[in-house]
Amino acid sequence: MRTKRLSQTAVSYAFLAPSLVILAAFAFYPIGKGLFLSLHTQPLFGEPTWVGFANFRELVSRDEIFHLAVWNSIRYLLVVPVIAALALGLALLVEPALPAMGLFRALLYIPVVTTMVVVGLTFQFIYREDDGLLNSLLQGAGVIDEPIHWLTSLKLALYSVMAVTTWKGVGYYMVIFLAGLRAIPPQQSEAARIDGANAWQVIWHIKLPALRPTLQLVCIISAVAALQVFEEIYIMTRGRPLHSSSTVVHLIWETALDRNEGRGDMGYASAMGVLLFGLLVAFTASALWVTRRAEERA
Amino acid sequence: MSDRHTPLSLVLRYAALIAVSAVMIGPFLWLLSLSVRGGGNIYEMRLIPSVMTLDTYREVWTDYQLAGNFLNSVLVAVLSVVLTVLLAGTAAYPLARHTFRGRQLVFLAILSTMMVPFQVYMVPLVLLCKDIGLSDAAVNLPGPLDGLEGIARRLRAAVAVVLPFSVSAFGVFLLRQHFLGVPRDLEEAARIDGAGEFTIWRVVMMPLAKPAVATLAIFTFVFSWSNFLWPLLILSREETYTLPVRIAQLSGALIRSTNTLAAASVIAIVPVIVFFLIFQRWFIQGATLGAVKG
Repeated sequence: MRTKRLSQTAVSYAFLAPSLVILAAFAFYPIGKGLFLSLHTQPLFGEPTWVGFANFRELVSRDEIFHLAVWNSIRYLLVVPVIAALALGLALLVEPALPAMGLFRALLYIPVVTTMVVVGLTFQFIYREDDGLLNSLLQGAGVIDEPIHWLTSLKLALYSVMAVTTWKGVGYYMVIFLAGLRAIPPQQSEAARIDGANAWQVIWHIKLPALRPTLQLVCIISAVAALQVFEEIYIMTRGRPLHSSSTVVHLIWETALDRNEGRGDMGYASAMGVLLFGLLVAFTASALWVTRRAEERA
Repeated sequence: MSDRHTPLSLVLRYAALIAVSAVMIGPFLWLLSLSVRGGGNIYEMRLIPSVMTLDTYREVWTDYQLAGNFLNSVLVAVLSVVLTVLLAGTAAYPLARHTFRGRQLVFLAILSTMMVPFQVYMVPLVLLCKDIGLSDAAVNLPGPLDGLEGIARRLRAAVAVVLPFSVSAFGVFLLRQHFLGVPRDLEEAARIDGAGEFTIWRVVMMPLAKPAVATLAIFTFVFSWSNFLWPLLILSREETYTLPVRIAQLSGALIRSTNTLAAASVIAIVPVIVFFLIFQRWFIQGATLGAVKG
């Protein structure tokens, strides 16, 4: 009996073994190694040297570029309410069973499946100063006289990139809201209609309250994604001008591997990774805490 | 039908949807328009260019050898789908159906990898892959990339791109949920017929979880086709680049030939858009699964 149970356990672990080996090698080990390296300094081709918490002290107290990158990552969270509002509005627009709604749902989802590299390049063409589509359209309509420096102005670059993130992501969150809307029993809206409520009142008093869990989910997913944004920055601005559009992940990449800057340091970059993880955990924990408080009050 | 639609509300609804769709699809049409522009009219502000050419496509496909990068992307996507489904399937089966020591711990350990974003440990992962010879350094040695030997080299690079991320915690979770719903009777019947555990997995479990397997495969394909940061970090030879990495590199080289770069971009997105249009109902269902089940 005992050997039988043992052999059953062996069979179970035989099924799990390939996955566990891969996770151990390519996730758990590098995560541990990252913690280890964050306490060291290590050039790209070199041996690690122990520096204790010096990387963290430098990052927290002195490194102004890192501070700017953290601030930019936090400013990036502005996409969250914009995405949530737009996605919800679109979901309400495409929800009813009317002709061509399937087509609209598909069209709005297409940016989600396309490659961010290509999306970034396309918007680079659109944002171009002298001959870009956007400035030409705005100038043609008489909205602006001078071309706007969408991607090269210190103030504007980050917001221009955020607009692209929003544009590409909104269809995904729309589908999540659609799922939430479908879960609302139609009788509730029917009953409100019979009591004389108009379309807006049904949305405001029936649908929005029922969508609260969906809204929380959308906010948390899009915020965690916003804190990790990289590809848009890499393709469109490379963090320029003057790191004004650099985010934490972009700075990690630059610090670890950009040989041109000559200050590549794997240890320092790993310390940034550890701090980013701390930021993510702190953010998610506080988001869940706020959510729970709101639920208790409701 | 809970909503009454007055003619005015219908007009407004469709007008808004057409406007939003134009904003969402417009940039792709503009890209397409840029890609077929010939000669001196690259910057004219017309959606339908006055001089059209397909030379840009020929140029990137053959002169810049984008065909090879296309092949790499296909290899990476196929390998990624196969490995992800096999690994998630084999890991999810005992987690759903067996009782054994450490089951909860193993399941938690797998799920915990979802909490740590890849960017946090990407630096040590690059170092590790270089150390164990998984990075394409071996493929980097000059050598032919056509013929059978070439395919082998490309496949070798694809393994470096795919293997480290081939265990999908989401996939394990999704398939486990579906395996939990498979009736015990079917499994027992197969066992009485003398089927071993592997046969039960292959003949009973996987076929019955087909919708979940399809969802996982489709999402993995799209993710893998667009994946950029990891291939950028691990590949160091332009012949083994996947399409996104190659196009990012070309954007520097082709800074003066917008039309050629646009053609390369169109080539990179058309397959995934066609794929989406074929399988679109799965995307809606898949997002629902992720959303409702967390």
